[in-house]
Order: sequence, then C-alpha cells, then structure tokens
Amino acid sequence: MSEHAIRLTVNGRAVEARVPARMTLVDFLRDTLRLTGTHAGCEHGVCGACSVLLDGRPVRSCLLFAVQAAGAEIVTVEGLGPEPGAIGVLQDAFCEAHGLQCGFCTPGMLIAAEALLRERALPSDEEIREAISGNLCRCTGYKQIVEAIRLAAERRAASNIAGAPHAG
Amino acid sequence: MPAEALPSFRYIGRKRRPREDRRFVAGAGRYVADLDLPGMLHVALVASPYPAARIEAIDARHALALPGVHAVLTGDELARATDPLLTGLDIPEVRRFPLAVGRARYVGEWVAAVVAETRALAEDAAELVEVEYRPLPFVIDPEAALAAGSPPVHPEHGSNLLYRRKFTWGPVEQDFAATGQRLAFRARWHRNATVPIETFGVVARWDPAAQLLDVWASIQMPKYPDQLARALRLPGNAVRVHFDTDVGGSYGVKRGIKHSVLVGYLARKLGAPIRLIEDRLENMRGGDAHGPDRIFDVEVAFGTDGIIRSLRLRALDDAGAYAGRAPLQLGKPVGAIVGPYRIGSVEYEAISVTTNKTAQEAVRGFGQSPTNFALETMMDRVARRLGIDRIELRRRNLIRAEEFPYTIPSGSTYDSGDYHTVLEKALAAAGYEALLAKRDEARRAGRLAGIGIGCCLEPSGGNSAFEPLFNPKNETTTWMESCTIKVDLSGTITAAMGTSSSGQGHETLVATVVGEVLERDPDTIRVIHADSLGALPSNSPVGSRMAIMLGGAAAGAAKKLKAALVAIAAHNLGAPEAELLYRDGTVARRDDQSAALSWAQLVEIAHRKFHKLPPGMTPGLQAIHVWEVPTGGALPTPDGRVQMYPCYAFEAHVVYAEIDRITGQVTLGPYAIGHDCGTMINPDIVHGMTYGGAAHGIGAALYERFRYDAQGQLVSGSFMDYLMPSAHEVPDIVIADHCTPSPLTEFGQKGSGEAGYLGAPAAVASAVNDALAPLELAIAELPMSIAALGELLAKADTGKRQNR
Amino acid sequence: MKAAEFDYAAAASVEEACRLLAGAQGDGKIIAGGQTLVPLMAMRLARPALLVDINGIADLRRIAREGEHLVLGAGTRQADALADPLLRRELPLMAKALRFVGHGQTRNRGTIGGSLANADPSAEICLAAAVLGAELVARSTDGERRFAARDFFLGAMTTALDHKDCLVAARIPLWRDAGRLGTGFQEVSIRRSDFALLAAAAQLALDANGICRRAALGIGGAAATPLALESAAARLTGTRLEASDIAASVALADAEIEPISDLHASAEYRQRVAGALIARAISEARADAEGRG
Repeated sequence: MSEHAIRLTVNGRAVEARVPARMTLVDFLRDTLRLTGTHAGCEHGVCGACSVLLDGRPVRSCLLFAVQAAGAEIVTVEGLGPEPGAIGVLQDAFCEAHGLQCGFCTPGMLIAAEALLRERALPSDEEIREAISGNLCRCTGYKQIVEAIRLAAERRAASNIAGAPHAG
Repeated sequence: MPAEALPSFRYIGRKRRPREDRRFVAGAGRYVADLDLPGMLHVALVASPYPAARIEAIDARHALALPGVHAVLTGDELARATDPLLTGLDIPEVRRFPLAVGRARYVGEWVAAVVAETRALAEDAAELVEVEYRPLPFVIDPEAALAAGSPPVHPEHGSNLLYRRKFTWGPVEQDFAATGQRLAFRARWHRNATVPIETFGVVARWDPAAQLLDVWASIQMPKYPDQLARALRLPGNAVRVHFDTDVGGSYGVKRGIKHSVLVGYLARKLGAPIRLIEDRLENMRGGDAHGPDRIFDVEVAFGTDGIIRSLRLRALDDAGAYAGRAPLQLGKPVGAIVGPYRIGSVEYEAISVTTNKTAQEAVRGFGQSPTNFALETMMDRVARRLGIDRIELRRRNLIRAEEFPYTIPSGSTYDSGDYHTVLEKALAAAGYEALLAKRDEARRAGRLAGIGIGCCLEPSGGNSAFEPLFNPKNETTTWMESCTIKVDLSGTITAAMGTSSSGQGHETLVATVVGEVLERDPDTIRVIHADSLGALPSNSPVGSRMAIMLGGAAAGAAKKLKAALVAIAAHNLGAPEAELLYRDGTVARRDDQSAALSWAQLVEIAHRKFHKLPPGMTPGLQAIHVWEVPTGGALPTPDGRVQMYPCYAFEAHVVYAEIDRITGQVTLGPYAIGHDCGTMINPDIVHGMTYGGAAHGIGAALYERFRYDAQGQLVSGSFMDYLMPSAHEVPDIVIADHCTPSPLTEFGQKGSGEAGYLGAPAAVASAVNDALAPLELAIAELPMSIAALGELLAKADTGKRQNR
Repeated sequence: MKAAEFDYAAAASVEEACRLLAGAQGDGKIIAGGQTLVPLMAMRLARPALLVDINGIADLRRIAREGEHLVLGAGTRQADALADPLLRRELPLMAKALRFVGHGQTRNRGTIGGSLANADPSAEICLAAAVLGAELVARSTDGERRFAARDFFLGAMTTALDHKDCLVAARIPLWRDAGRLGTGFQEVSIRRSDFALLAAAAQLALDANGICRRAALGIGGAAATPLALESAAARLTGTRLEASDIAASVALADAEIEPISDLHASAEYRQRVAGALIARAISEARADAEGRG
C-alpha cells in the first residue's frame, strides 16, 4: 500500500531508501541494507536479539517500523568496532572470556553491553545482569557474558583510547 | 587412556580463545537467514486450527490471485511426489509428511505452503487460503491416549500406542521380595524443549544442469542429506548440504527434515531458490521441536541401611501426533537406567503414545534428563523415608571409584569415574557447611529454604543402539565419525569436518587436537566444514559425541600424518624410526639433533620430491581417519541389554533455594557443579556448555512448559507465555572440575555437550523439595511454577497435607 | 510474523494526529512506543488500516509541575520519566512503579501514555495512576475530555477513549504538606522483568508522631482494571499502622478484588497473594516514610 522515503544514519553512513510502511527496522537493516549482524529471534520484542542503538539508546528493532527510524542514528553490531571489519575492546573481551557460543544472541548482547558501558564505566555484576536481562541466551547461561562485560569495562577504563565505536 | 599414563598436554586442556567467536562478535556469522540468492522465493505456512480434522478441501484461488504469489502447495501434491519421513520404529501405518495429508492431527500442523516474492506477501496469501475442515474427536492426555477406545491419531495404525515394552534386567521380583522397605511415587516432566533463539530455517536451490540440490540449513541432524535425498526420491549424491552454515543454537532440536523436504520439492518444482525461515509462532507450534513429555511411575526397594536393591520404572511419554524421535528418547536412558548407583536389578517399561499435539524432536540428553530427575527424586524420597541424610544416602549407593569399569543391569558398561570425589568437590565448591547454616538460619527466620543435590550421569559418545533396541528390524550398529587433514604445498594445515556446528566450538576442538598431535600451533590450523558431497561420513554433534568422535577422528588422521612425516624422515636420514625424535614438526636423530629435516623440508619432499619418498608411499601429505564409536558395533541381546554410549561423564549439583511462602517464587543460588568429563580439550568451551545446560535445566525446572488446553490449543506458543530464564533467573554457577580419563579415547576425553542440563532439573527439584520439607509438602512435577508452588503452599496454610 | 499492510502517517502535532484519526473512521491506531502494539500487529491480532505516529510530537514529551499537579505528557518515554529528577522528587510512587515496567530497552521506547491507553489490568503505570487519582486528558476533533482514573479504566485492555481520541497527558495531584511521605511498590511476576501477575502500590503520609494522616492503596492484576482501594486506605488513616491495622486494611482490600484465572496463575492464587502483597507495600511505604523522617 504505502511506501515511504526515509533518510537516516546507519553506522555513521547516511542512508536513503524507500520502504514499505510495514517493514520493520530489523528487516530493513538485514534485507535492504544487508547488515545481517542484527538477528530476528522472535519478532515480538522479547528475545532482544534484534537490539540496536537508536540515537544512542538500545531498542528492539523488531518493534519499530523502518519508516519510524527516519532521521535517526542507528548503530548495529557492525558499527561497534573502530573501523569496518575490525573489532573493539568490548567485542574482543567477548572473545577472551568466551561470552558466546552459537553467536545468535551476541549482537544484541553487545549492543546492550555497549549502552551499559557508556552509562556506567565500571558496572557491578548486578548492573551487568540487569542490563542484559532483556536479552535471552540459550547457550551460555550468561556467566561468561557477564565476565566478558566486566573484562571489557576494566579494559576500557584502563585504556587511553576512547574505545567508542566508529559510528558514534 | 589410564589415569596413570595421563601426560600433561601442550594445547589440550589449556585456555585458548575459540576461533568461532571472532566472526560472531563482528556480526559476521553466516546463518541461513543471512543468505540472499537471486530470485529467492519465500514460504509461509497455513496451519490447522483444529487438533484433529479431516481436510475436506483446500481452495487456493484467492491466494494465488495475489500479485507476487507463485504457488500454493498442498499435502496431497507433496505426498505424491515424496516418500514419508522415517520414524525409527516399525510402525509403517504412522506416516509423516511435511504437510498434512487428508487429516490434520494437531493444532498448528502445516496444511499448505504458500510461496511468494516476500515473506510478508506469503503471509498475506496464507490468510487467503481457504481450508474446509471437518473436526474429529481428539485426545490430549497421554493416559487417556493409552486407554482403549481413545480416538487414534493415526486410525490406520489402530491405536495410539506407538511402542510398549517392559524390560527386566536382573532378579527384580526376588529383590523386591527380599527387601523390607519400598516406596512408590509418580514424577511428571511436562513438555518443554531447548528452544534456540534462532528458529529453524532452510534454503534450497535446484540446479537442473548439474541435477543437484544445494541446501543451506540451520541443521543438527545425523544423516540429514541422506534422509532428504531419500524423501525427495533423489540419488544421494544429488543433494549437497552446506555444513558451513552457522547454526544459532540447536541443543538437539534442529532436525527440520520436514521443512527441508518441503523446500527441496518446491525448489525443483518452481525452478527458483526457496527459503523457509520459521517465524516464532510456526516454530513453537508447528515446527515439531517439542521435547519429552513424560509420566514416571517409580517403585523402589531398599534396605533400612539405605542401600537401593531394585527399581521398577515405568515411563509413559506423549509423543504428540507423530513418532518423531520421541519413542527413541525412551530408549537412550537404558544406557544409564540406574544413574550413578549400584542398583542390582531393574524393570523398565517404556511406553510411547500419540496424542493430538505437536510432535517431539530430539532434545539435549535424548531423554536422560527427565530420567535423572525421576531417579534423583527417588533418592531424596528414600532418604526422607529412612531419616538418612540425602548426601549420605547417595554416598552409600554411588558406584565406587575402584569398581570401574562397571556394568549396569541393562548391559552398558560405565568406562570410568570417581563419583564420590566429584560429589565432595561440588560440596566444597558450594561451601556446603555454610549453606547448611544459611538454610537453617533462614528457616529460623520463618523462610522456606532448601539445598538441592543432584548426582547425574551424562552418557556421551553417541550410538544409536536404542534404534535396534526398539526396532529389531533396524540393524544399525555403525556410528562413525571422520576427519580429513591435509598439509598443503606451503606447509599449512587444513582439517575438514563433515557436519555442522551450533556453538560447540568444533573448529577449535579439531585445531587443538591436530595441533597437539602434530605439535603445531593450533591457531595456524584451519578447520573447515566440508559440504555433504565432499565430506566423509559423520553422525552430527548429537549425544555429546564430538569431543570423543571428532576428536578421535582428528587425532587418528593427525597420527597418520605424523607417521608419514617420520617415515619420510627415516628414509631420508637413513635411520630407523626408533632412532628418530619428532618435535614440533621437525624430525631429528635422537643422538645427533643436527641431522634433522624441518617441517618445510618434509612437506617439500612429500609434495614435490617423489624420488625422495619411501617406496610405496602415497605422494602429498594428507590423511583420512574414519572410526566407529568405541564399544559400538553390537546389536542388543534378546532381553534388551546393550552398550548404549561408550563414555560416562558425571555431574554433581549443589544448589541453594528459597521459596517465597506467599508467592511461590523460587530464588536460586549459590550454585555449584562438580563436573567430570575426563580430559577437557578446551575448558572455556566445556564450562560454557555446562553453564548453558544448567540454565536450560533451570528453565525446565521452574519456567518452561508447552501447555495445551482441553481443546488441544497450545496456549504457551510465543515468548510471552513460554518463559525462558534471563540473566536474572540464572544464578552465578561455580564449576569444580575433576578428571577421570576415559580409557576409550585418545586423550581421555569424554563428551560434555549435554552437561548441566542432565543434572540441573533434578537438583533444583531437590532444593525446592528440601525447602518444602519442614511443611511436610512435596512436589514431583516440573516445571515447579509460581502457580504450582503457590497452590501447594496454600494447602499447607489451610491445614491440608500432600500425600507423599 | 509480518504485519498486515497499513497506511502510515507521522503527525507533527496533536491536532494533526486527531484529524488523521477522525479521518480513519475507526480504523486508525496511534503508535507511540509500539512495545505493545507492534507485537500485536506482527501476530496480525491488530490490523489498523492507518497508523498515526505521534513520536514526532514534541509537545507530548514533557514532565512539568502545574500548580498542585505533576503533568506527564503522554508521549514521554518511560526511561525519561524514570530518570527525571522532578518526577522522582514529586512522584516517588510513579518512579518506583516505572522500575518494574518491562526492560530497559522497552522503556527506551515505551511511553507513559501508551501504557495508560493499553489499560493492562496489571500494568504498573496504570496502577500508579489509579492510586494517585490521576486525571487523564484526551483530545480529539471534538475537543478535549478529561477523565478521572476510575472513569478512564473501564475493563481489561479497555478505556474510555474512543477511536478518535488521542491521550495527551496524565495530571497527577501532588500530596502537599502531607508530612513524611513514604511509598511502596510490590510486584509478583514469574521472572523478574515479566508482566506482573499482581502489583500493589501504597503511598502514606505520617505526621511527626508516626500517625498516618493520609493513605492511598491500590492493586493491579486482581480485577479487570487497576483498583484504587479507598476503604482499605481509609482504614489506615489515623492509625499507627500496627499489624492489626494493616490486617484490617488488607481484609477490606480482599473483599474488593475480583481476580481472574489465566495461563500463569489462578484466581485463587491471585486472591490469596494480593493481600500479602498489599501488606508488603504498606510496610515498605511505612519504612520509607520513617526513613525520611
């Protein structure tokens, strides 16, 4: 029925597209922009695998229509590293602590963790668990994820590099 | 490998970053839904709203009229063109096709498939498909299904009984008669499953020029390419499954053979790539990925000394509308039917029935976790009856370290173990004495507090011995795994595995093993997933088998390579092999290290210098190893005794729980697991799977249930109602490792993919019951939901007592 | 789970939103945070022909003191409300309630108005609004209407709003010169961040002698709407909140509630637990008030 022209910023790059009104943001990112790092696990806003940063805040991209993201700044997992293809301190900490197994919930976890660490440089374990409580994982039992985020926090705090993703 | 001979390893058992993690943290995984093929079309399903109904007519006119819709496929058309899916039992009248044929047998069963240019359009069109149903009588309760006169889900089969057999191993009747004490109870494990965050998905493309079907799928299934080809009536080598597709979690359930047959057929019919990604509603209701749904009736005979003499276990499982893997999941626990205990005789009756519900699929542990829950409930109840401490009772009954290898009445031999030590480690890690004090203080303050104990086996290694056990016409005794390794011209190593992975870190496993044997840095070793045409036989990561079987295959191939290198060196150094030393890929004379050939030199000889090869040696540097599961290869005896799996890992859980007396909410933690899976090839990977398995178990114990109402509707069919543990519900878990190496494997490794899940439900149930004990209440039904515990506690308040 | 097709319009003002709704003749729906609506659309349980997006209307995002009321714009994000210093100071009960609403991620999009208009019987924001005697303000092409909370929540998922209305604000009366204020918010949910099975809210004002001068109590999830428990609250005033007073108050509350059974809990469970939850909320509020003294 209706298609809409939208302009937004994704991982620091300006994007222009025409989208059907009913296309969700997650489907837009994955199918139109081919940024397949963000995953759709449930399409009804519970699992958190689709989390992205929208204007700096973590949101469930399956609960937004792409047309609603007009004018927004979106950051996906692909935009968390210092440059395309590279990974940042947070992602590296997930590798060090093995904070993942199948990797499907991981992009959402990273987004939630990134949002947390921007608010709180050295969160407690309880704060970490609260921050990821909206992201379901069936592989890890969460322990190594918590360890990864704790490690990332320590490393970022100790590092001289800003550690912010290239997309802002 | 005997414990005394256990060397210290260079790479095995040490910290190493799993290499798979690198792509996932960058968002660069390659899951099936990430695939974008030109001209790809999308499938949506039309599902039955009735639990049982004749399908009178399907009218697709309006659906087909929608722009962008390419086809509507019915069950009749598909059944004419394909063969039914295999069941594993000798029940030819229970036929299963991807789309219902003539009759819908459960709410959510797929009745028609719509193909369109986008998934959204396919869903629009699916709403326009008009199906005329004539509702039929249906049965939802498994005990009702077992009763005579229940409406059969498959009338051609005659009844709802899929399988029933009573096994008697040892002098059960005598042992019962000879012991003074007995108790009986019922335990209920309600339907749940491991529900990965990624649903099942499959893409297929038919190449008419090559007469080849390419398949990408989120798959974890033995013999998937073969079964797919067979059902599609294609030659086996006309199907190529791309096992390098990343799988977003499976834990058993990603077996979408029906989805794949459907999509494979459509790909050939329509001449376009076809994609089916289950949405979550399709997945929960129609994906046929439910798990065990079991009623246990247990009777146990024991002495006043607490020694368990004999056990009668009846397990009735509700398979749902099709056989799936459900009946066979009653068979695998035969391999650990007495748990870790020295019980001398067992009678086991396994009953599988159909009901008008979603079909089951293989779930982590293949029926062992529910069985462990029943066994551990039994131990706690015996302890309570006798007034013996639950841990002390277990100590008296656990198989002792010096008794291994230990053969249980049903014919399986446990390879190695030291259950007492693992239990002690778990208790120490939990700070048991402090936990007791914490519990007692909580009780004095009027709170409900308990400590749970779970001592559970994790049979590992895989072996489909339950198939010939339950179906004598199926004489399968081969359960092999393979690995290919090659060293290329430049001297780099590549190993190939022939199946998919879903988070277990197999690439890291193989690289570590190969690196260990060849003494080369694992991080330089590339591991690929060969596709099914290029792959050697594999039976998939099921039954906690890959550390054993893939590890063994990789080690075997690596040893062959190493032998070839030593032979080349011997020939060129003019020395017998016994006088040579292989170190880090260099081979030198023991008495003169300067007389040596480096890795690069050996590789060059192998690849280029045929004149320097030992006579008769194959040129190049590559090796294949295919091997049968250790202890496998034998059919069951007539009385149903068989070696089920080869290696037995063991876990002892200790968990503290409090229950809110009013709301029934359970809070868990501290939580410790003593874990013995022999040698761990990568500790982070093993620990990770154990934490994850425990989380699955907590879900099964407290939250997760596929609940059906009396009309056969699945009422917990989305994530709003099927509740899985978040980071708040899973406490921090401490693992205390122990190692009793397996004598059957190269490095002493046992499997561990099902760790945590096999003991957590039993342990959490034990904790909740311990918390309820001062009120003389008990619960033996999972999940122990807020509502269930709330009701139970309400009865206590009003003065009623629960029978035990 | 792709939504059925719809037309979409982003309104730049409340007036435009109202015009669009009126034009849709009953088949239009406002989308604010979308945390409830979009899942329903994905499951095709909701199929509006027109979606009117109010996220761009800045006027709807505000928290301001107006005389003796705190006004919450309906488009205010739950996360922003939770973090707002004015709200935390003036409406501590609402701040407590907000902590229980969904997850951090859903609060980043979900709005105050969205929760109120959805009228889930166990929603925390609805309960706080009922307990605090909020006035809900709606506008349509016919003008402005105001509803007392008890006249706004009509049944489960049902409010007095009609298809033309756009909820614009909640006006919540502040307790002035009430002495030592204390609040309590208790919830039972299956997992920590789940929908509440039951929620209880209490706000008390104690004088310098520890006597309760004013009380407000409410329970959510125990009837078709959130309930302000007026007689139970009245029973507390003038007392020192002894155990017997609390018990008597709870007994009055028990008589008022009419819980239903669902998949997750039976009516009996809710009936039994509601009283204990109210008692816990009262105790929490008293401790809070005493802590402030």
